[in-house]
Amino acid sequence: MNNFLLPAATLWQRELVRFWRQRSRVLSVVASPLIFWLLMGYGSNDLARYYSGTLVLTVMFSAIFSTISIIEDRREGFLLSMLVSPAPRTSLVLGKILGAATLGWIQGLMLLIFAPLAGVKIGLAEVVPVIAAMFLISFTLTGLGFAIAWKMDSTAAFHGVMMLLLVPMWMVSGALFPMATAHGAVKALMWANPMTYSVSLLNATLHLPNATPGATESLLVTAGFGIALLLLSGMLAAQKSTRSAA
Amino acid sequence: MIAVQNLTHRYGDRVALSNVSFEVKQGEIFGLLGPNGGGKSSLFRILSTMMVPTEGSALIAGNDVARHPARVRRQVGVVFQTQSLDKALTVQENLRAQGHLHGLSGSLLTTRMDNAMQRLGLEDRRNDLVDTLSGGLRRRVEIAKALLHKPQVLLMDEASTGLDPAARRDLTQHIENLRQHEGVTILLTTHILAEADCCDRLVLLHEGRIVAQGTPAELRSRIGGDVVVLESADAESLAAGIRQRFAAPASVRDGEVRVEIANGHRFIAEVVEAFPGAVDSVSLHKPSLEDVFVRETGASIE
Repeated sequence: MNNFLLPAATLWQRELVRFWRQRSRVLSVVASPLIFWLLMGYGSNDLARYYSGTLVLTVMFSAIFSTISIIEDRREGFLLSMLVSPAPRTSLVLGKILGAATLGWIQGLMLLIFAPLAGVKIGLAEVVPVIAAMFLISFTLTGLGFAIAWKMDSTAAFHGVMMLLLVPMWMVSGALFPMATAHGAVKALMWANPMTYSVSLLNATLHLPNATPGATESLLVTAGFGIALLLLSGMLAAQKSTRSAA
Repeated sequence: MIAVQNLTHRYGDRVALSNVSFEVKQGEIFGLLGPNGGGKSSLFRILSTMMVPTEGSALIAGNDVARHPARVRRQVGVVFQTQSLDKALTVQENLRAQGHLHGLSGSLLTTRMDNAMQRLGLEDRRNDLVDTLSGGLRRRVEIAKALLHKPQVLLMDEASTGLDPAARRDLTQHIENLRQHEGVTILLTTHILAEADCCDRLVLLHEGRIVAQGTPAELRSRIGGDVVVLESADAESLAAGIRQRFAAPASVRDGEVRVEIANGHRFIAEVVEAFPGAVDSVSLHKPSLEDVFVRETGASIE
């Protein structure tokens, strides 16, 4: 058990220590969603409508930055020594995903300070559900990033995926317009989009409008998706290959 | 300690290793010498369990690298050509994290870390961020890191890349110490001749094949006597003349005539006399590993 938990714990801790030592990077993750939100929100006089989407975007940016670092870290960095250590790959994947998810979570929580602007009051009853939901969402999106990044050789390819997959996923997640008013194929896309359930989960816990799909459904889909991605990442990382792992 | 048998590796259609076999004994410093692209890195990746070979097998301490990578990883310390340290962490934090990956913790890990840092002269830098260390020091941290779990075998890939000559000598000294005091078997890849000369035994790799193996002295003795290099405006006809007149093997490479011959000093006098005006400059040296490589492959290492 020690051989499983210790490597996972040390990777998790490493993410936090790095984050703390490179605090200025927080700005790049938190600032742009915040600016998007203020521009769209004030422009349309509806800050509340875009609030949950902004929280998800922050977490998504953080997950992207963390998982992009996997590609670099593997070629030249600490991940190299992980690959030749006897620690189970699943333990390394768990540590890395939990670590990166924690960073996304912390950065997402920073934006909760702006909740009053969206007219959201976070009382005692909301604090725990909101914090828990944010962590779950961060965990799921980090898992998504990891599963995409692991097989990639270059960060350039990841940028492509980000612009062609992740950002469009976010756009049809209910972050910009609610599912209720969506048309045709886009509406179907929204149903199939796991990020939709992240946004509606936050809308539900923050008592914002457009909390469809419902809270329970959103929670189950987000958690199920997160666990599936964790398992997929573990499987990908444990594969033997005649191509080099680094 | 290491047994490589008929190892072949292909990347698609490209053959990176072709039927490579050799053995490394316990406590040896064993070198893989060859130019970049010669197959060293592929061999290193296979031995360090980062890649499964397409054919053949490699055993380290009795365990097959492809079938039991986890067992092999417990016996092997790996020093990469590229950096595998976290620059945002201190020396000590890097070592601690590495220890955790190997399931070490508590006072055992602390003792191991202290020993490794002492062995490599890193004690006064333990709380420095890796980002602030010189290239030579970082290499030493890499080695300290690779030794924490007391591996029987240390694999080093181009460990002296990017180091200045002083740091390189220092590194060689540390490697020699490890073998002497810890009995670690060391396999290193290099394209630097000075480093290869420090190995007990070597294989010369070229285009994925072993072209020669043996101790540096054995390899050099393949060339009888001295190597004489002559510069000439017309190297081809000078070489032809030498072959005819001295019955000596003269070859032309990069516009120079190379002759491997016993009693090179006497030969020089004779050749200059025999071809007046044809020789622009002359040099003589004892055979180096580079000469051996040139002789076996017609290509140069560096």
